[in-house]
Amino acid sequence: MEIFQIGVLLLDATLRTSTPLILAALAGIFSERSGTINLALEGMMLGGAFSAATIAFYTGNPWIGLLAAIATTIGLSLIHGFACITQRGNQVVSGMAINILMSGLTALVGIALFAQGGKTPALDKASRFQPITLPGAEAVRDVPILGPIYFELLSGHNVLVYIAFFAVPAAWWVMYRTRFGLRLRAVGENPGAVDTAGISVVLMRYRAVVCSGVLVGMSGAYLSTAQGASFLQDMTAGKGYIALAAMVFGKWRPFPALFACLLFGFLDAAATRLQGVILPGIGEVPVQLVQALPYVLTVILLAGFIGRATPPKALGRAYVKER
Amino acid sequence: MSNVVQLPRWIDVGLLPILNLVLALAVSGLVVLAIGENPIEVVEVLLYGAFGYDEAWGYTLYYTTNFVFTGLAFAVAFQCGLFNIGAEGQAYIGGLGVALSALYLDFLPFPVMLIVSAIAAAAFGAGWAYIPAYLQARRGSHIVITTIMFNFIASSVMVYLLVNVLRPEGSMSPESARIAEHLTLPNIVSLASWFGIEAANSPLNLSFVYAIIASVLVWLLIWHTRWGYSIRTAGANSVAATYAGIEPGRHIIMAMMISGALASFVALNEVMGAQQRLLIDFTAGYGFVGIAVALMGRNHPFGIFLASLLFGMLYQGGAELGFEIPTISNDMVVVIQGLVILFTGAMGNMLRPGVGGIYQKLYVAWINRRNSRESA
Repeated sequence: MEIFQIGVLLLDATLRTSTPLILAALAGIFSERSGTINLALEGMMLGGAFSAATIAFYTGNPWIGLLAAIATTIGLSLIHGFACITQRGNQVVSGMAINILMSGLTALVGIALFAQGGKTPALDKASRFQPITLPGAEAVRDVPILGPIYFELLSGHNVLVYIAFFAVPAAWWVMYRTRFGLRLRAVGENPGAVDTAGISVVLMRYRAVVCSGVLVGMSGAYLSTAQGASFLQDMTAGKGYIALAAMVFGKWRPFPALFACLLFGFLDAAATRLQGVILPGIGEVPVQLVQALPYVLTVILLAGFIGRATPPKALGRAYVKER
Repeated sequence: MSNVVQLPRWIDVGLLPILNLVLALAVSGLVVLAIGENPIEVVEVLLYGAFGYDEAWGYTLYYTTNFVFTGLAFAVAFQCGLFNIGAEGQAYIGGLGVALSALYLDFLPFPVMLIVSAIAAAAFGAGWAYIPAYLQARRGSHIVITTIMFNFIASSVMVYLLVNVLRPEGSMSPESARIAEHLTLPNIVSLASWFGIEAANSPLNLSFVYAIIASVLVWLLIWHTRWGYSIRTAGANSVAATYAGIEPGRHIIMAMMISGALASFVALNEVMGAQQRLLIDFTAGYGFVGIAVALMGRNHPFGIFLASLLFGMLYQGGAELGFEIPTISNDMVVVIQGLVILFTGAMGNMLRPGVGGIYQKLYVAWINRRNSRESA
């Protein structure tokens, strides 16, 4: 029974650690399926987290903070889009530039505004996203097996967690069941054909990066106003890159990416709990090596040793109309 | 685009990069204004911090050394058409090579150690770069993603080793033991004293000379050897290279290993020179600065040296900022770095049509005037 309890708590933690990854990975999918490499997830997440915490602090309302985060990340996406789509600049370089820029800018502005060494002031309860108790959770709490699963695992998360899990089928539906999604995937595979059909490749790609901005903004807001209670310098700590890895691991598809995020989130949650634990036969668990597993797995997958991850055909190539 | 006249070289490699840099600095100035400070005052503090007193020069050149290595690392891979985002991890693992050789082969005399530690750094750095290179060349996985992943893997491996293996008994902080004094790279004070000159104390050390040698060697390798020619050909057009009998895969692996070795020399400056022990995160983002430096320097060793000097100045001057102007931290330097990458790298061609147009107008006007003068 105790093992069951630990398992439920671990999965509960997994949902919380994988939420920002899911939102950011979906953001990556939107951008990359349309042909624009998005290495800037890390920087955008950081920018979103900073805006959300700052605006939520001034207004006392997490929803306005969330809107500010989304506005920030849409702005960054448009800069990235301008460099990649309009200027046809190098997409990898643009992404790295935004990551470095945001790492510096959030700290710089944070210190200038609040003078707390790059932190934003701690948010009170009202200006954060609070846990939501699902209907009937208290009532079924004591039911064996199902009770804890419903009460601990499914209920009691903040709204962004539910949005993230809802966003996966939504993204799938948009991507595979709407005209917009079909065109979006088409500009990432064969922009020439889309152009011939009379649809603007440039406009399509801009729309895709804006979608990407909306999603990654939520992921940033989650870090600073839902999971945490303030912005901390470099608080994303590589989560943007893990999301990128999850996107690749999920072969640029929403549902497989969800499972990759859950797996990586689980490894993260497990690593935190395994700190200093001595397992029989193994000795102390090398936590750092557990934390490196998502990266190792992604490298192995990319190398084609477990399945094949094929990126969109036109990924990274700007569209030139006339030759 | 085709109606624009061919721009002369001085515009392409001189004027445009400078204009892009000016643009990046102008936007940085706007950021300073937005915070409510005076950009001119910030520039003054930066310059004072970088050159204003005796020690400052040494620090500026000490940072420059790191950036030359990581800039060259990025450039060599780039000449082969590869984005090596992994200089950070390669330098970190290179540090392991330096520390292991200096700590466990401490019976070696110093001149031998000079060579052994450089070889150890290069071997570890190149080895770490080999895996992503192999995967790109033979398994078709994308080098950008793999090198990013390898940065994180390197970081985890090093934390593990520093905490569990390299940490001396009884020490709490996760760092290696100190390298024996006689095996560390002589710093500027002792170097200058050999020539009877007195120098102000700073972490600047012998590896600065390494950096200059490495720059010259890279220049020779890439532009004056058959090998370098093959690397550039494989990078420019792998299909054409294959037809010319150059096997791209082999050159990808070679270029990446040279790149990793160059990045690893940061460890000579840091582990053997400045810190004299292996620290957690001693690479401190130098690998990423290398991207900015290489893009600004147009992937040429001479340009990289100038760009490294600029960034060395920014890093050292930026440290001063935090003391002098409380509302502006040295994160300003990271902002400038990001803007430089954005404007000289990703949006490098933004000003080209405008500058090209002006040049074309002036050129046509000049031709017309000459023609009318000749006919008169």
